[in-house]
Amino acid sequence: MTTTAAVEQIEAGEQLFNDLIARDSRIEPRDWMPEAYRKSLTRQISQHAHSEIIGMQPEANWITRAPSLKRKAILMAKVQDEAGHGLYLYSAAETLGTPRDKMSEDLIAGKARYSSIFNYPVLTWADIGAIGWLVDGAAICNQVPLCRASYGPYGRAMVRVCKEESFHQRQGFEILLELANGTPAQREMAQDAVNRWYAPSLMMFGPPDDDSPNSKQSMAWNIKRFSNDELRSRFVGMMVEQVEALGLTLPDADIRFDEETQKWEHGPLDWNEFAEVLAGRGPCNAQRMERRREAHEDGAWVREAAVAYAEKQALKAAQQKAA
Amino acid sequence: MTGGSTTGDDGATAPSTGVSEKRQGWPLWEVFVRSSRGLSHVHAGSLHAPDADMAVRNARDLYTRRNEGVSLWVVPSSSIITSDPDAKGQFFESPQGKDYRHATYYTKSEGVKHL
Repeated sequence: MTTTAAVEQIEAGEQLFNDLIARDSRIEPRDWMPEAYRKSLTRQISQHAHSEIIGMQPEANWITRAPSLKRKAILMAKVQDEAGHGLYLYSAAETLGTPRDKMSEDLIAGKARYSSIFNYPVLTWADIGAIGWLVDGAAICNQVPLCRASYGPYGRAMVRVCKEESFHQRQGFEILLELANGTPAQREMAQDAVNRWYAPSLMMFGPPDDDSPNSKQSMAWNIKRFSNDELRSRFVGMMVEQVEALGLTLPDADIRFDEETQKWEHGPLDWNEFAEVLAGRGPCNAQRMERRREAHEDGAWVREAAVAYAEKQALKAAQQKAA
Repeated sequence: MTGGSTTGDDGATAPSTGVSEKRQGWPLWEVFVRSSRGLSHVHAGSLHAPDADMAVRNARDLYTRRNEGVSLWVVPSSSIITSDPDAKGQFFESPQGKDYRHATYYTKSEGVKHL
């Protein structure tokens, strides 16, 4: 191909890309796309995948301590779902050209980020309830609009994730509801968990709009559909209603509905804490990373054995064919 | 054309991937799920697995955790042949302007029953 032809082809690709975005259609893996779009999506989807994988840890820690066989089975199903969500998302990210193994290596090497929420400790059984209700609730709020993200594989992965996620939130709500209607000590435990998880889950939506440099471009590309603050405000509104059904309270005296903007307002959040946790200095960062590394290394022999077995079987099949 | 993608139903890696080094990882498989008898297998997504047997097992764990299927196909992604995405226009052009291939083209029979 001559240079001119190559340039023309890129120009045609760029035009198609811009047209597709303008029409709110979808971009598919083989389409031409700006390098920055590819990079931004790879970062977002892989971070999302890493969050699902790291997110297995805080809950998996409670499988052995779940209060009943039923709760244990539910928790195991949930943790298995998180693994599945991670895999759907790695698949989507791979279509952009980065192999899954490379993404996993980056996570283990500490070069990639994951949601800061998973660096908080899970102290009691009520925390499992609060995680389901608040953390998965915030995740759903964030993820539902992502089902319409302009990148096809990401949107499709999110549809699958969202379908499964609502079970996660409901089971969390149910745990809290049972505790809230239990003994005074159980009730206190439920309230304490909500108190500790409320602010971190609000921060899951990311920094305030005027401090979120990537948001604008991401919205122009139809990846993000709503701003961080917009989603956070919606989430607060939903929680205000749901917490009443629990008979608990949210630890925020400043919550109010602004008639003028028609939006829910909340009290100030500690963005220094957010920055610290993101920078690796949260309560559980080191522990989560170490556990991930350990699991990867402990699993090495399984991966190697599986490859050796596959090779042996392939060789056998080839020999039988030849004979 | 080489295959190698995933949830992008067109079975191909992104164009600007460049020459891929020999991957240490497991190969990629595309998964198709038949949700119930009488329906076709539909592409559900992809996964990595060392061989076909493990691909089927992993597909069960990954794509049918909630009774989504009664049958699975797994296909090595590299075996999928895709139409050339750059030739989209010409390749799919021929049905255009051939409205007479649709029942809605024929309007004179409007009002006639069971037609």
